[in-house]
Amino acid sequence: MVLSYREALNQAMREEMRRDTRIVLIGEEVGYYQGAFKVSKGFVEEFGPKRVVDTPITEAGFTGLAIGAAMAGLRPIVELMTMNFAIVALDQIVNNAAKIRYMSGGQLSVPLVIRGPGSAAHQLGAQHSQSLEAWFCHVPGLKVIAPATPHDAKGLLKSAIRDQNPVIFIEAQLLYGTKGEVAEGDYTIPIGTAEVKRPGLDVTIVAYSKMLQLALDAAESLSGEGIDVEVIDPRTLKPLDLDTIVSSVQKTGRLVIVEEGWRFCGLGAQIAESVYTAAFDFLDAPIVRVTGEDVPMPYSRPLEDAAIPDVPRVIAAVRSIR
Amino acid sequence: MANMDTTDLFALYRQMLLIRRFEEKSAEMYALAKIAGFLHLYIGEEAIAVGAIAALCPDDYAISAYRDHGHCLARGSDPGRVMAELFGKATGLCKGKGGSMHLVDLANRFMGGYAIVGGHIPLATGLAFAIQYQGQDLVTVCFFGEGAVPSGQAHEAFNLAALWKLPVIFVCENNRYGMGTPVERAIALYTDVAETARSYGIAAERVDGMDVLAVRSAMQRVVPQVRAGRGPYFIEATTYRFLGHSMSDPAHGHYRTKEEVEEHRRRDPLVILKQTILDHKLGGETDFKTVEREVGEAVAAAVAFAEESPFPPPSALYEDVIQE
Repeated sequence: MVLSYREALNQAMREEMRRDTRIVLIGEEVGYYQGAFKVSKGFVEEFGPKRVVDTPITEAGFTGLAIGAAMAGLRPIVELMTMNFAIVALDQIVNNAAKIRYMSGGQLSVPLVIRGPGSAAHQLGAQHSQSLEAWFCHVPGLKVIAPATPHDAKGLLKSAIRDQNPVIFIEAQLLYGTKGEVAEGDYTIPIGTAEVKRPGLDVTIVAYSKMLQLALDAAESLSGEGIDVEVIDPRTLKPLDLDTIVSSVQKTGRLVIVEEGWRFCGLGAQIAESVYTAAFDFLDAPIVRVTGEDVPMPYSRPLEDAAIPDVPRVIAAVRSIR
Repeated sequence: MANMDTTDLFALYRQMLLIRRFEEKSAEMYALAKIAGFLHLYIGEEAIAVGAIAALCPDDYAISAYRDHGHCLARGSDPGRVMAELFGKATGLCKGKGGSMHLVDLANRFMGGYAIVGGHIPLATGLAFAIQYQGQDLVTVCFFGEGAVPSGQAHEAFNLAALWKLPVIFVCENNRYGMGTPVERAIALYTDVAETARSYGIAAERVDGMDVLAVRSAMQRVVPQVRAGRGPYFIEATTYRFLGHSMSDPAHGHYRTKEEVEEHRRRDPLVILKQTILDHKLGGETDFKTVEREVGEAVAAAVAFAEESPFPPPSALYEDVIQE
């Protein structure tokens, strides 16, 4: 069936909440307002305010509360209105959620999903346009997922909800309305599995979340000039499915990594390092990264466009090593 | 006088003495470099953990900050496994992964020591949220120093607890100093720290944190109310830390005088309880000597256990990062 990304997330949470009464959805405007981006539409009507909990605007407080509830047997889903607000809750995420299992020598578990939209939408300014996935990936104890399609969003969110660990689940405002074929029924996609989204022989592009579509558009365009591009979506950023990426690079010998986040210490730098270590002898050219620019996101439209990767830049990157 | 039962009073005395002697031994082991890192001792504050936890049921939750040995021991943890944790040994409560500031004993519902000031207070509201959600007949007790009261996370947690009437009792151990900064230079409402909680609609009171019976009696009155769903409660227990903030800080020096420390030491919680027992002729010196001997043996056994235990093997490094 064809669903929007938003509907796919809604279905994933709805099915899981029907299956398991330990699951609660906690966040700003998740209940009576139906979710700031309407992801939880109809939830308070179906599950009631006990399980769909509207909170005051206190991300540190309610994220910490959700962690404590997870320690005591619940399986909370925290919706952050945007992933930018994770910064306000970062002490809870980094110092508590990620570490409690380790610090307790395995006595405590924090089965928790923290989800919400990351990355730029349209001219939201510097504080609401950030791609912070590299921050989360840096922290031992967290899993990080950033799906690009409705099908992946549903299957991975269900896996995240069933996982015993804290999972950061990064959506994108500009993906909520995008549509795609979603499998029928109850399915999950294992965390830590990449997918080849377009097979090809000449150059590998790794791209996730919103950047996947740029990569596919670039590949389509490049096929017209005889360059056969393989596009891989890691889908899970941590743990990263390096095997799938390395297998592709062993075939193509060339790799372009596309990410919207800041270049310096970005996720692509880590992926490149991992590929250099695992497959240096297979590379016929240096790995090229297409990234966001190292600036706070400007408001003005042309400046914002300049700060974010686009299809021409991805095409240029591929040509530069072909 | 209510609650005056010999066995009962000696149980409280024994718990407090165990903490006192355990902490003294920890300081000794720190000097011998058997214990490293930060070590924050609970000496002088024993009446709060012991009095408060005495009013709990076995399945109630307790959670604390980084000065957590006392709460863990009062909750019933094996002193040997606590000491082994301080030694960083594989037999420690947390397999040596946590250390002094991060003791956890799930079996005794001690949900941890946390070392970011104020950071565990939202966790406490979450434990209480889970109790309420699951309809359990339980409460959560959250211990923290007065230094955490001005933190943003504390305020967010107070508001959520009051807003949702969560079954949590906030026990503020006001020992007058956040490290070296006195309360009057850190909290605007320092003359009545409990007022902070009242401003969120949380019922609050102050108790003498040097008097274990006063602490217990307040908790025995408050816990059933909170258990019955009447919302959170805040207790400010006034106390004094007899030693420095941590092992790197002397008992007195730049920020407080020797005279001030000695003044407070006259209200030693162990001495106060002992005097009560003697005054009511519920025990004599021989009984105290017996307790002293038994506690001494328990602490010596704890050290021996920690000494004899192995360090964790290198293979433990990546264990328990992620649950499979």
